[in-house]
Amino acid sequence: MDSVRTLTLPAEWRDFFALTKPRVMTLVIFTGLCGLLAAPGSIHPVIAFTAILCIAVGAGGAAALNQWWEADIDAGMKRTAQRPLPAGRMERTSARDFGFALAGGSVMVMGLGVGWLAAAILAVSIFYYSWIYTVWLKPRTPQNIVIGGGAGAFPPMIGWVAVTGDVTLMPVLLFLIIFMWTPPHFWALALFVQTDYAKVGIPMMPVVAGERSTRRQILIYALLLLPLTLVPWWIGGTGAIYGWSALVLGLVFVALSFKVGLRQSAPDDAMKPEKRLFAYSILYLFVLFGMLVGDRLATVQGWQ
Amino acid sequence: MMNDPLDKEQSELYRARQRSRNKVLGAVLISLAVLFFAISIVKIAAQAGGTH
Repeated sequence: MDSVRTLTLPAEWRDFFALTKPRVMTLVIFTGLCGLLAAPGSIHPVIAFTAILCIAVGAGGAAALNQWWEADIDAGMKRTAQRPLPAGRMERTSARDFGFALAGGSVMVMGLGVGWLAAAILAVSIFYYSWIYTVWLKPRTPQNIVIGGGAGAFPPMIGWVAVTGDVTLMPVLLFLIIFMWTPPHFWALALFVQTDYAKVGIPMMPVVAGERSTRRQILIYALLLLPLTLVPWWIGGTGAIYGWSALVLGLVFVALSFKVGLRQSAPDDAMKPEKRLFAYSILYLFVLFGMLVGDRLATVQGWQ
Repeated sequence: MMNDPLDKEQSELYRARQRSRNKVLGAVLISLAVLFFAISIVKIAAQAGGTH
């Protein structure tokens, strides 16, 4: 009689890569690059490349640690059940060690190759995401992603600091913009996947405070975000190209948030306004930060 | 049962997986070496440029 043996293969490199949450990393690289390009001063391309690489790898390490910590929760949610750990394609200790290695390595290389202030802020951001958000806040409070959103707000600041070597109001504003953007972005998503989060006991705003409160808060954050994105223009940190772009983009964001904020979902709702807001919020961030760079370019070229 | 020596097909799968990982790791390490070299050149040049 043949015995059936299961062979435990070493995990594929692709699964290690998946641990780093590549799609999130794209946004991190982009905002980090924008912070770097928009900062006043000059930086050698090799050093700039190193800075962005370290931001990306640091974010990847934080993401891997997050997946290591949340493997059980991920197993219970449709959206995440196919990740390497819940799906059993990798041992937990591999993910843990990989996460720590990326986190430690990226901070060291940033410090040695770029600067220690940038490295310190990178270290804080990794700790912020993998511990303060993932381990501490996420399971405890529906304000989890408000405060945790701070993690995603660090990259443009780090990119900026890599060039200037110091922290001034502008990079702090960039941080605050992403910080204020995160709740409407995330809660729009939570509105249409709330059952997934509820099933595994994560306190997301729609589950804890109800839909109406969540919708109201999305609108409030969108209304606060708009003037915040105009402050860089008002203080003279950017020119009119960025200013007008921020205004137009922000007004659309507010309009879409009104649609979400003032409606109630019906049973079997297709949740179209929520999905549209979520999709737009991603586009919004890309274009806003792209305009920040374009604006700096235009200033340097003397076009404005 | 789990710890019996692998048959030929399973050995092949295992080795293929290891080779694939090793290739990627090798590429990453070489890239890092090149990067560190480039950073060194840039920093030394900046130093030398500064003192003239």
